[in-house]
Amino acid sequence: MRFFEDIEIGQRRELGSFIFTAELIKKFAAQFDPQRFHLDEEEGRKSLFGGLAASGWHVGSVCMKLLVADGQREAREAAARGEEVAVWGPSPGFRDLRWIKPVLANDTIHFASEIETKRSSGKRPEWGILEVRNTGTNQRGEPVFSMLATGFVPRRNAV
Amino acid sequence: MTLTFEDFPPGHFGTFGPRRVTREEILAFAAEFDPQPMHLDEAAAAQSMLKGLSGSGWHLCSVMMRMMFDGFIGRTASLGSPGVNEVRWLVPLRPGDDLMLDVEIAEARVSRSRPSTGIVTFKCVIRNGAGQELCEMISPIIVERRPETAVGQAG
Repeated sequence: MRFFEDIEIGQRRELGSFIFTAELIKKFAAQFDPQRFHLDEEEGRKSLFGGLAASGWHVGSVCMKLLVADGQREAREAAARGEEVAVWGPSPGFRDLRWIKPVLANDTIHFASEIETKRSSGKRPEWGILEVRNTGTNQRGEPVFSMLATGFVPRRNAV
Repeated sequence: MTLTFEDFPPGHFGTFGPRRVTREEILAFAAEFDPQPMHLDEAAAAQSMLKGLSGSGWHLCSVMMRMMFDGFIGRTASLGSPGVNEVRWLVPLRPGDDLMLDVEIAEARVSRSRPSTGIVTFKCVIRNGAGQELCEMISPIIVERRPETAVGQAG
């Protein structure tokens, strides 16, 4: 992955797509969010969602899955070019997460990630802090998911 | 009895748990959704900023959702949530942690666009067995109002 110095505001990464099948929606819901509209097609149809809907935490977790896969892809590419690979730190949290539209069974959601802000860390001079807007869009081009995540990124000159 | 909007006045709502999170659960969630070395591999985790194997923040949030469901959402006339104002991951989730969830109602108001419902904003704090705050979340949930209350106000 990239170092703090290599990152510019507005940089965008297409993270790829994920199909939320009924089976995956129900599996996640049974474990973490067994509300009736996440478990049963008929209950989903009767709900505000209008169909079997994925838990919002499932959508967020899948976004994380694609972010990690994209970071690993980027790291492999950097390593193949013989560049030093930055290992990103943990995230202190996120804000402004919006489940804009329901993610229904068999929807294909495309995720993307865009750098919104960057600053150096006061407490940890070897790290920079990024705010990244992660978004999900369905197969009809409708935005369904948006969040502003914070992350620690290593500085090149600190290594 | 089903809980409705009227059952969520601002103030402390309740404390729920404990819920133990095992190493196997941490590894399984990380393998599926967040396969970073700090969540999967002891040696790599020891080198990380979190200094030891830790659960994914998304795992912690998902477990918090389940604790909310078991605690009260499972018997609430909930219509879902439009989002999350803020999540702060403060201290890592560790294998074997016994989690306690503290729920406060920050705000409760009738929906303008859908007056038969209300919007209840929860502030949830999850702590480990030692009482350390692992995570804080602020999120609204849409809850149905009792029919007689909704009608009374509309008339």
